[in-house]
Amino acid sequence: MRIESETVQATSQDAPVVQNMIQLENVSVEYRIPTERIGTLKEFMIRYLQRRVGFRKFRALDNVSLSIHKGEVFGIVGNNGAGKSTMLKVISRVLRPTLGRIVTYGKIAPLLELGAGFHPELSGRENVYLNGALLGYSREDMDRVFDEIVSFAELEPFIDSPIRTYSSGMYARLGFAVATAHFPEILIVDEILSVGDEAFQKKCNDRMIGFRQQGATVLIVSHALDRLQDMCDRIAWLDHGKLQLVGQPGQVIEAYRQEMH
Amino acid sequence: MNSVSGTVYDSAKQISPAFSEVRELRNYRYLLAQLVRRDIVTRYKRSVLGVAWTMLNPLGTMLILALVFSQLFKTVESYPVYILSGLIAWNFFSQGTNAAMSGLVWGGSMLQRIYIPRTIFGVSAIGTALVNLLISIVPLILVMLFTRTPIPWTVVFLPVSILLLTGFALGFGLFISSLAVYFPDVAEMYQIVLFAWMYLTPVIYPENIIPEKWLSIYRLNPMNAMLKMFRIPIYEGRIPTGPEILPALLWALGMLIFGWFFFTSKTDEYAYRV
Repeated sequence: MRIESETVQATSQDAPVVQNMIQLENVSVEYRIPTERIGTLKEFMIRYLQRRVGFRKFRALDNVSLSIHKGEVFGIVGNNGAGKSTMLKVISRVLRPTLGRIVTYGKIAPLLELGAGFHPELSGRENVYLNGALLGYSREDMDRVFDEIVSFAELEPFIDSPIRTYSSGMYARLGFAVATAHFPEILIVDEILSVGDEAFQKKCNDRMIGFRQQGATVLIVSHALDRLQDMCDRIAWLDHGKLQLVGQPGQVIEAYRQEMH
Repeated sequence: MNSVSGTVYDSAKQISPAFSEVRELRNYRYLLAQLVRRDIVTRYKRSVLGVAWTMLNPLGTMLILALVFSQLFKTVESYPVYILSGLIAWNFFSQGTNAAMSGLVWGGSMLQRIYIPRTIFGVSAIGTALVNLLISIVPLILVMLFTRTPIPWTVVFLPVSILLLTGFALGFGLFISSLAVYFPDVAEMYQIVLFAWMYLTPVIYPENIIPEKWLSIYRLNPMNAMLKMFRIPIYEGRIPTGPEILPALLWALGMLIFGWFFFTSKTDEYAYRV
């Protein structure tokens, strides 16, 4: 097994044209998990006084160094629990690295579970603004793209109805439209999306390809290895929180598959 | 090296979370407004009378309490105004802190997916309670007009009272909500605590029924000092004196700083705890 260690310096020296969008320098993420589940405050107090509160440390990411370049479609593969989601969370600022350093350049749009922040009683219109705000946009940002969102999601007649009346397809379409309404410098995709019918899926795909052509950096985590191989410029393989291999899609996926069998 | 426009995030450059949180909250002020709006609008969305319930709720409670207790506390002059001036402050506190707690638990699923300033659910909960407090001043005025109680000029002090209570409630709300992240039963326990706390605070009874020997303990209750900030200008018709303001101010500042630092010192863990 070959471990390719990429350092930031090396990349920038070898190819000065390449611009890093995401830099991970010796990043480790440790979860502090109580050895026993303590459900109540009372129990905690008693155990704390008895000095019986133990924590187990679990390393979800272990000393990962990696840089992802501008305009690249970068895939991450690995078994369940290998640290893929943790890596996305560190990059999207949901988690802070316990050790090491992460730097990201540019606006990050996470495409994770679309429409997670929707409120069923609010109308589609209100939810567009609420969801946009959750993604960090201002009212003016959302005013600018509102019509575009509605037409992309094909929801013109329903935009003022409460979202609880929407079908799950409409829900996901609106979620995707909001999440991708602004050009993201870094787009994070957790599992390749299957939103709505085939026609809409094609629209989603076209939009992502469009982003890529405009120079967006795309980060994809997936178990669909064949599709990853087609889409990505480079792939990283994570195993038990450690970076096993980074490189050409064909090469990495083959090595990963071999290890699996 | 990088000339990319927009936001650069460097995990190594983060200053103390208690301070960076303030800056992040400012960046997300539109979300704050949206969350407050959502909570106000959706609370009574399916009801016929809608937002009117924000006024009808305290009015109803007040009428019942006034009817029940006015016989008991006959000595208290214009009892409805006495109770309502305490009740709006108490409701603000209990609503706000409760919503801060449930807001963080709801928001937990969001915190695991995308970056949002962690304090935003607590701050928006207090913001919602603040809007409700302002709305509930309407029934208070109605009651004062109805009972022919003159509205004293000293109500101009109320913005200060509200500010003090907001600081106290925000600090306490953040503290209790970070406890609830670690211990889910805190949410249930807090309902009982609030219930007991209300009866330990002179919301519905006059202060003078407290026996002399308990007074020193009774004075330790911060909500007592807070309620005075409302009752003195509304009910007694005077501006609170310095010695009356001081405990309220100290509690407000102390709780706000404690709650803010307590909450933000744990924020890195929320994403995998909630």
